[in-house]
Amino acid sequence: MPDTSVNFVDFVDYFWRNRGLMGEYFLQHVQMVTLGVLLALLVGVPLGVLCMKSRWLSRIILSITGILQVLPSLAMLVLLMLWMGLGNTTVTVGLFLYSLNPIVRNTYVGLQQVSSSLIDAARGVGMNRWQQLWRVRVPLALPYMMTGLRVAAVIAIGVATIAPLVGGDGLGRELYAGINGQNSLRIYAGAIPAALLAIVADIGLGALQRRLDPAHRSARASSKRGSGGSSSGKAAADKAVPPVPKAQG
Amino acid sequence: MIQFQNVNKMYDDGFHALKNINLEFRKGEMTVLIGPSGCGKSTTMRMINRLVSPSSGSIKIDGSDILSIDPVELRRSIGYVIQSVGLFPHMTIARNVAIVPRLKRWTADKMSRRVDELLDMVGLKPELYRDRYPSELSGGQQQRVGVVRALAADPDIILMDEPFSALDPMSREQLQEDVARLQQELHKTIVFVTHDMDEALKIADRIVLMKDGEVVQSDTPDRILRRPANDFVRSFIGQKRLDQEQIIVASAQDREAGSDFGSVMQDTPSVDEVMITQPAVTYPSRGLAEAISTMERRKVDSLYVVDRQRKLLGSVSIYNVMDSYRDEDKTVADVMLPVRYSVVSGTPLTQAVELLAGHRLHNVAVVDESGRFIGLITRGSVVRHLAEQLPMMEYDQLDNPNDEPGQARKDITPGMEPDSSPSSSVPSLEPASSVRENDSDDRDSKSGREARS
Ligand SMILES: Nc1ncnc2c1ncn2[C@@H]1O[C@H](COP(=O)(O)OP(=O)(O)O)[C@@H](O)[C@H]1O
Ligand SMILES: [Mg+2]
Repeated sequence: MPDTSVNFVDFVDYFWRNRGLMGEYFLQHVQMVTLGVLLALLVGVPLGVLCMKSRWLSRIILSITGILQVLPSLAMLVLLMLWMGLGNTTVTVGLFLYSLNPIVRNTYVGLQQVSSSLIDAARGVGMNRWQQLWRVRVPLALPYMMTGLRVAAVIAIGVATIAPLVGGDGLGRELYAGINGQNSLRIYAGAIPAALLAIVADIGLGALQRRLDPAHRSARASSKRGSGGSSSGKAAADKAVPPVPKAQG
Repeated sequence: MIQFQNVNKMYDDGFHALKNINLEFRKGEMTVLIGPSGCGKSTTMRMINRLVSPSSGSIKIDGSDILSIDPVELRRSIGYVIQSVGLFPHMTIARNVAIVPRLKRWTADKMSRRVDELLDMVGLKPELYRDRYPSELSGGQQQRVGVVRALAADPDIILMDEPFSALDPMSREQLQEDVARLQQELHKTIVFVTHDMDEALKIADRIVLMKDGEVVQSDTPDRILRRPANDFVRSFIGQKRLDQEQIIVASAQDREAGSDFGSVMQDTPSVDEVMITQPAVTYPSRGLAEAISTMERRKVDSLYVVDRQRKLLGSVSIYNVMDSYRDEDKTVADVMLPVRYSVVSGTPLTQAVELLAGHRLHNVAVVDESGRFIGLITRGSVVRHLAEQLPMMEYDQLDNPNDEPGQARKDITPGMEPDSSPSSSVPSLEPASSVRENDSDDRDSKSGREARS
């Protein structure tokens, strides 16, 4: 085992001397995660909408994405590597598949939880199915979709650290170099930025999620006006906090 | 006009929800569908805008079968209000109100003018409420927005499914009045679902009573009260009354009040502090059976008659209603008597008391500057006021009757001199009931609510 007692000054010193390389790893990491999650968003949201079509369809879609996420991340990446070869593309595709489940599931849950009386109002007022979906269901599902995105991003940032095992880049390079060379400094230099990245993504996307929440929007609007509407706004916000999805990895 | 011909509804699970319904909803009238929960009121109503399709039979609007109209277009041409408000929480009030105009692609300018106009109609200041979100409004305000949203594109037909049953009694009363007032101006064809007989009697032009998927009776409120088709109708009307009868109304002090109130007044409050603020009223177009029903509900023997703006038009007592009761075509307007005495808001109480005593009145109406009926000074309310002011001893004295009961019986009609009232016609009525015990209001509506839930 490498010596775990690392001097903080040594760490900063090491990091500073290798800042060029660290920045490069960091950017590669962000790039793989962003691409993978964006792809999952592009594919997952329509899949979530498709789940609304029928019970039967939703079962199929959700079991497939569920299985994809239950696969151990290393196994998934290795299987993909056998098919796609080594490199960042394999990692990005892996992250994409891995992120699908939280996004599809939360989109579906978000669309489903819209109260039936609101849908009744939407129909009764003369919205066609498309308008019911885009003007009522989707806006009200946004906070849920954001939860899915947030979970997906945090998981992807973690999974991306094993990218070097299938020939990928990113902060994992530094991590594995540290493990191979029994160098604690390098392990920390890989792990700490990855952890920070996950925390920042979590907080940032959480803030975005609250901005998209209709209940929260109203509370903000009223506090700006200085009226006494905050209590009702708060109660509504409490009610509307999306549930944490069951499968997190 | 909306016509149902032999309409049946069989739900997918085989439940026969509507059985051969034949109905007519007349143009410009408010038809109230009423009946116990699960009897098929909503199913009937939702067929009109094709949210539910009949299993057999036909539904026509102004002669054309609704199946020939595209459902989405049909719904945009029919206003729709539901119990749970149904405002979209992610849209501002303005967006919510303009939802149908937006679907119909009105110009932004036209929409925003319409929104402001509509919000004004129900007393919500546009500049204050336009940009708020539904969660920032009270339940009553939200449902007011729900009502004007249904009016936005000026539909001829409006469907309302128990729109006020989730509201507190005060807001409900207010909204019922709002809707009655709007209907007076707009003359829409309204189909209104409720399970509350009081509500139905208050607002309906026609009442359709349903039970187990069938129409039991369909008629004007007055005729339903006069000629209930069967025991079910009778019990549906009567049951509510029984519930209300349990509210004990104390009103004995009224007729005992002497004429020397003025001397015991310490400071002189204005009539506004003492008056009963929600006196029982009726409207000139109401039938006589409805008037009696209102009196029974409110435990009073006379009613003031007001128009939609609450301008005082006259008064009716149980006696002049009973005299003409047999004539079914007569309305309150035909039998009401003019109000001779009233006081304006702000008048010192002593003046009102002098009126009460000097003319042997049982009560005096209080009107505001524009002549709107805002309250009632009764002997009971004066006594209560004094009781709060005076030491117990003097109150006890007031409690002792020193009037001959015969006299009190005579001047039962508000604002009338005793000699002119036909006291002999209904001798069985106790003079004790001559007080409008309007304080019982809150309890009234509360118990009504409990009875329903
Ligand atoms: N979609 C449905 N499927 C099966 N049964 C239904 C459905 N909707 C309503 N019903 C049944 O039809 C009956 C009438 O319902 P409804 O018209 O909603 O009653 P109401 O509005 O008078 O309370 C009820 O017994 C209800 O259970
Ligand atoms: Mg119903």
